[in-house]
Amino acid sequence: MANIKYWLKEPKNLIFMALIAVMLFMPFTLSLFRLTLLGKFICYAIVAIGIDLIWGYTGILSLGHGVFFGLGAYAMAMGMKMVATGGGLADFMKNGGLTSLPAIWRPFTSEPVAFALVVLIPLALAFFMGIMTFTNRIRGVYFSILSQALAWAFVTIFIGMQKYTGGTNGITGFTTVFGLKLSEPMTIVYIYYAAVVALFLVYVFATWLMSRQMGKLLIAIRDGENRTYFSGYDSSRYKTFIYCISAVLAGIAGALYVPFAGMISPREMDIAFSVEMVIWVAVGGRGTLIGAVIGAILVSVMKTGISETFPNIWSYFLGILFVCVVLFLPKGLMGIWDSIRGKMKSRQTKENESAAVEGGAA
Amino acid sequence: MDVSLFAVAFNGVSLASILLLAAVGLSVTFGLMGIINMAHGEFIMIGAYTAYVVQGLLLKSIGDVYYFVALIASFFVAAAFGLVLEQLVIKRLYGRETDSLLATWGVSLVMQQLARSIFGAPNVNVVAPSFLNGGITLLGATISFKRLFIIALVGVTLFFVWALFYRTRYGRRMRACIQNREMAQCLGIRSDRIDSTTFALGSGLAGIAGCALTLLGSIGPSLGQNYIVDTFMVVVLGGVGKIIGAVAGAFIIGLSSTGLEFLTTASIAKAAVLFLVILFLQKKPQGLFVIRSRSLD
Repeated sequence: MANIKYWLKEPKNLIFMALIAVMLFMPFTLSLFRLTLLGKFICYAIVAIGIDLIWGYTGILSLGHGVFFGLGAYAMAMGMKMVATGGGLADFMKNGGLTSLPAIWRPFTSEPVAFALVVLIPLALAFFMGIMTFTNRIRGVYFSILSQALAWAFVTIFIGMQKYTGGTNGITGFTTVFGLKLSEPMTIVYIYYAAVVALFLVYVFATWLMSRQMGKLLIAIRDGENRTYFSGYDSSRYKTFIYCISAVLAGIAGALYVPFAGMISPREMDIAFSVEMVIWVAVGGRGTLIGAVIGAILVSVMKTGISETFPNIWSYFLGILFVCVVLFLPKGLMGIWDSIRGKMKSRQTKENESAAVEGGAA
Repeated sequence: MDVSLFAVAFNGVSLASILLLAAVGLSVTFGLMGIINMAHGEFIMIGAYTAYVVQGLLLKSIGDVYYFVALIASFFVAAAFGLVLEQLVIKRLYGRETDSLLATWGVSLVMQQLARSIFGAPNVNVVAPSFLNGGITLLGATISFKRLFIIALVGVTLFFVWALFYRTRYGRRMRACIQNREMAQCLGIRSDRIDSTTFALGSGLAGIAGCALTLLGSIGPSLGQNYIVDTFMVVVLGGVGKIIGAVAGAFIIGLSSTGLEFLTTASIAKAAVLFLVILFLQKKPQGLFVIRSRSLD
């Protein structure tokens, strides 16, 4: 109980609770189209928390997180597609000349297995990447470049193997999710609430993790990896661990994203989208979980707003946003918030001090 | 089998030579300034579009010679863009490696969109000079003059770069800054000027690579994106800040990707090359050629 009280004392967590309250209310005011959009943004916020854990707290910049988002999403989509076709061949497999279900699709005929794979596939890939890179002290930009190449490789594979993955078009044509018909408007509302609950749980989990010794160690790795290493902590293990956690969060977010989007394509795992994920965190404020959530939702809302009215402007805007945030606002929006609070606090202490001095003089 | 192997090797070398031209700039700016320039691919694109513009202006009046004008123009236009970028953005990002990645990614988005607004989204074609059409048949494989020309061009350019780095005062100063920036500054080297010049030079080299690419196919606003990932892999593999590293990296990546593409498919080859690079880095996390230093962060 004491922990919860302590948790609620932190103003950032209060902002988050307010945000959740607003989100819970949204289905009553927004149209179904807008609610679907907001649902997608909530999935983005979950990814952003994962990226904040590895980048904001641990200092690992992954430019290929779309891969984990995409793999989670594909696992979910394949499960849903198998329900839609009743375990039969999908249209793109027939077009590709396949006559029986490919082996990689077999596990997805069972829905529970598909759900498990949403978590397990990103986890396995992240574990493999982590072992191969961090243990050999491949770090910094070297890791970023490799992670970017990972996204590049996966997109090429998914586009190239059209008869297994649906190629550029990806996987579409779902009918049900969790046994609910997707054509019913209420299904979207249910999924929406599921996403809000997921976001809440992920946020609580992340704040809990960061308040433990683990969180302190990750920050120590970010600020001085060699010192942490020489103090007797095997930094590569911690990095692999948090990278896996982050990948799993991205996978879950991807899975939740599919029912909202109604499709999944390699676009959702390419480099451009992966880097956009990082900018969500940068705008909100790296190293603060609430910043990641706010950044993801804010940038996505702006993206929708701007590209709906001026489709060409968005690229300029996003590009300039990148440059300006990095140059002028390295701590993001939460940095502004912190500096305002810091000023208020210092003013308060100054007033208290001067009051005390005056009191003493009198 | 032997015949087609030769063709594969030749294509590999020609891919490697283009990657090499782009990678030298990237590798040296990373070694010198600790900047990862994600917009480097867009300098390739700028070079290509410069060739397109020069062709439009000069093809009718001076004919095939326009291509040599385009080569020089693309170097200087890309270098000028590089200089502006360095002054406006890069300068403020020293020592913030991962931040430089993000900011330059933003720059690349803006540049691509700019190209799309000016030249339109569809690809455009540059007419290759007529003396480069055709090819010779060697060992049963067709060796096109265009690819031969590119390999020769890269050889010549690289020789100049080598001479600049290892035989001039500027090169000596630049290498001093790579090894130990603070000490070099103490000895009176204006490191900020070295930085600007080097960044512009690297951008210009990417511009030449872009101009060379116009010989091989049509060009579009996202031209640079197709090469940037491979270019980065070259730098990671070859090690940072040395020409020899870029050469070795480019040849390994170029030959192995065309070779694997020949054996399997294009998409599997991409993944296989990435896997090979990761495997290789297990042994040498800093790449093939390391500039030795005793400093530890």
